[in-house]
Amino acid sequence: MRDIFIEELILATKNNNNIILLVNDLGFGVIENFKKKFPNNFINAGISEQSMMGYAAGLAAAGKHVFVYSIANFPTFRCAEQIRNDIDYHNLPVTIVSVGSGVGYGHLGYSHHGLQDYALIRSFPNMLIASPGDVMECRACVKYLVKNPQPSYLRIDKSSSYKIHDKIPKIQPGKWVKVFKKNKNQDSIYLTTGATIQYTLNNFFIKKKHDLYSLPLWGMKYKKNQFNYVKKYKKITVVEDHFQDGGFQSWLLETLNNKFSKTTIISKSISPKIVGRVGSAEYLMKYLS
Amino acid sequence: MKNEFILKKIRRKILQLVYFSKASHLGSSFSCVDIIFVLYKFFIKKKNIFILSKGHACLAYYCILKEFNFISSKTLNSYGKNNSILMGHASHKVPGIIFSTGSLGHGLPYGTGRALAEKINKTNNTVFVLISDGELNEGTTWESLLFASFHKLNNLIIIVDYNKIQSIDLTENILKLEPLNSKFKSFGCITKIINGHNINQIYKSLQTKHKNKPTVIIANTVKGKGVSFLENKVLWHYRSPNKTEFKLATKELA
Repeated sequence: MRDIFIEELILATKNNNNIILLVNDLGFGVIENFKKKFPNNFINAGISEQSMMGYAAGLAAAGKHVFVYSIANFPTFRCAEQIRNDIDYHNLPVTIVSVGSGVGYGHLGYSHHGLQDYALIRSFPNMLIASPGDVMECRACVKYLVKNPQPSYLRIDKSSSYKIHDKIPKIQPGKWVKVFKKNKNQDSIYLTTGATIQYTLNNFFIKKKHDLYSLPLWGMKYKKNQFNYVKKYKKITVVEDHFQDGGFQSWLLETLNNKFSKTTIISKSISPKIVGRVGSAEYLMKYLS
Repeated sequence: MKNEFILKKIRRKILQLVYFSKASHLGSSFSCVDIIFVLYKFFIKKKNIFILSKGHACLAYYCILKEFNFISSKTLNSYGKNNSILMGHASHKVPGIIFSTGSLGHGLPYGTGRALAEKINKTNNTVFVLISDGELNEGTTWESLLFASFHKLNNLIIIVDYNKIQSIDLTENILKLEPLNSKFKSFGCITKIINGHNINQIYKSLQTKHKNKPTVIIANTVKGKGVSFLENKVLWHYRSPNKTEFKLATKELA
């Protein structure tokens, strides 16, 4: 998915010289094509995530759309205050690109696992979260963000090339995207965000029984219409590669506020028991419960 | 009106606003007010950019914005009142201010990114960042200096308000910043050492840029400058004057 991101960014930069790719000395084997094609649009800030977010804010304030590329915890928790004060508060067009969502870097351990990033990012009022479920949603997200520069968080899988959509889906913040629909009048459906579609289809045997939706664009600003989606169903199972606390399912529950809904919302999220465990992403996803 | 008279008037206004709102940071505002004044009088025209990284000295900034007609007297007098746009730290909600600060170590990275953008955009704009000596404790300050000198950001001018007092102690008792000049030089910056209350020295130091290095101006200042009993005292980082002190200080600034 990260290669797809770079591919899309190269396409976008051909038409928009204000795009900047800023990295914290990460991206070996991924960013080279971009750097080769647009050496003046590429900056390595060095291993200094807090300052890097400040540079991004300063560049963005002068008309640049800055894509800050790094791994899970580094462009989030390490520089949380810079995101809060410098980027989100000033409403600047900086897109934080976090690669290795969830347990993508499974063997590298807890320092590299992205299990709480939604909780942090969705606490910022202006942030749009873009969490694509396959490579086509990833293309859609990058295209959307390039067209709509704003404080944003693109959360992508490390190495998956999983593709379920035949074409690039039309996406809008808060809009559920149909992934798999077989039955009419479904009562019980699955809803995912991020790169969990493949896991959901493979492990919950839903193809025969349930429809599946993905919500790639969401955030604090986009809670308004969720009730209208939710109320259509009796049961929604929400799947995410993140802790339940502060995650996507929690966000969905918050969108309902005090509105009465007969829908049961079930969370399939990563258990905190994962902390300190390592293994392949496939192995660690078994902590999804 | 002569600069000295204007600056006395501004100091009186800062004192009054701190007194009536029972606010803090009187000493910090008095130590950098002359520098901000010179910047706005001569350098911050339409295009040049100023960032007050030591956001707690915002009263000096707000009063100078009033002096140069960015904000009205009514706005300035709303300081410390409910629903005022004048936060207790520099805020971009105030006309004339582009970047909010308050958490230390944010202004310089932002200014560095901004200076790089000005280079990429091929403008001649200069970015001035005023930082406190306390901010020299922050890692982001030194990271930014590495970045700025690597990218040859000669359009970045950093002024250190070197009053040698942080919030609860003297700088030399906290992390001992000296030898400061050689530290900045070793990070690839050109340095100038000035008296941060001397208008001519401030003006001259801000006038020239190096051909390919960022400039650091070490401005030796006095915390609480202008009122004898406020000067060089840790106490006046946070303390708000009582009635007697207010009267005494007003008299000294007359």
